[in-house]
Amino acid sequence: MDNHASTTNLPDSAEAQAHAPHAEEEHAHPTWSTYWKVALILTLITVGEVWAYYIPSFVAGRGFVPTLLFLSALKFTIVVMFYMHLKYDHRLFRVLFTGPLLIASLTLIALMFLFGHLYFKVM
Amino acid sequence: MATSVAHTSAPAAHHYTTLGLDSRKVAIWAFIGSECMLFVSLISTYLIYKGRSVVGPFPHEAWTDPTTGHVLKPILNIPVTSASTFVLLMSSLFMVLALAAVQNKEKPKHTRGERILGNSKLWLWMTAIAGATFLGFQAFEFTSFVHEGLTIRTNLFGSTFFTLTGFHGAHVTAGVLWLLTLLAIDYRRGLGSRDSLLVDIAALYWHFVDVIWIVIFTLVYLIK
Repeated sequence: MDNHASTTNLPDSAEAQAHAPHAEEEHAHPTWSTYWKVALILTLITVGEVWAYYIPSFVAGRGFVPTLLFLSALKFTIVVMFYMHLKYDHRLFRVLFTGPLLIASLTLIALMFLFGHLYFKVM
Repeated sequence: MATSVAHTSAPAAHHYTTLGLDSRKVAIWAFIGSECMLFVSLISTYLIYKGRSVVGPFPHEAWTDPTTGHVLKPILNIPVTSASTFVLLMSSLFMVLALAAVQNKEKPKHTRGERILGNSKLWLWMTAIAGATFLGFQAFEFTSFVHEGLTIRTNLFGSTFFTLTGFHGAHVTAGVLWLLTLLAIDYRRGLGSRDSLLVDIAALYWHFVDVIWIVIFTLVYLIK
């Protein structure tokens, strides 16, 4: 009885076959010219980051850390979207990746507040 | 009963979920999600202890050696790490080209450029070599740090830095070994479009290692 119940929860082979082409359609990847352009953009951003590191007036300013965090997040997103094909792949993969990433990021921010690296200004 | 019969005759090699997705690909994304949490915990630990080391060497500030009285430079070598970051970024490009070559293996190649782009062995080798080069840079960095007096036991910076970058280096090492197994398969029987998922899964892992380094490079090396 249990055995029967467990098998009915499994996907039907015909259903799986029917879904398979759909999964293939979701998987149309970009061309090699897109990959080269992405590599160029990633390199330019990295050069910009390192360049910014060597400008003392910019490093001392308030915009240095937010700028670097933004550029890092931009590079992260570009690699995930284009090289890891998350932009083209099934929505479930996006959930599997962004879900834990969101939890981890919120935990990181909470820890930064807890240990005094981030704080709210009380007037 | 009829359902059971249908299932036993289902092709075992496909491993499709009810969404029509390959279970192995779902598994690698779930694994990458869990790895995100691992690395964020390591990064959190680094950031919590950032700037709280009592004794040097320090990452971004000059420090005085208490035994000799000499004033020493900040320990991080940004030019060398920038070079290794560039190598790892390029390895991601080589990896996607390897995947594209495997996916388009059966397509006819007329020009020399198409033959180069369609050479999966070339791009897998390039990726593995770039990964090994990155590891060489890391070995150089770790060795020079130890020579300058920074070990995992020296101070809070040393403990958190070596743990974080060491874990990342271990992941890169696993990635290089994975790529070498793909190369062995390619030499043995040739990787074709039927094997594209094998390469895709390895590529996802490799790119994940790359994106983690993107974050580490900014948070550890560039932000003072």
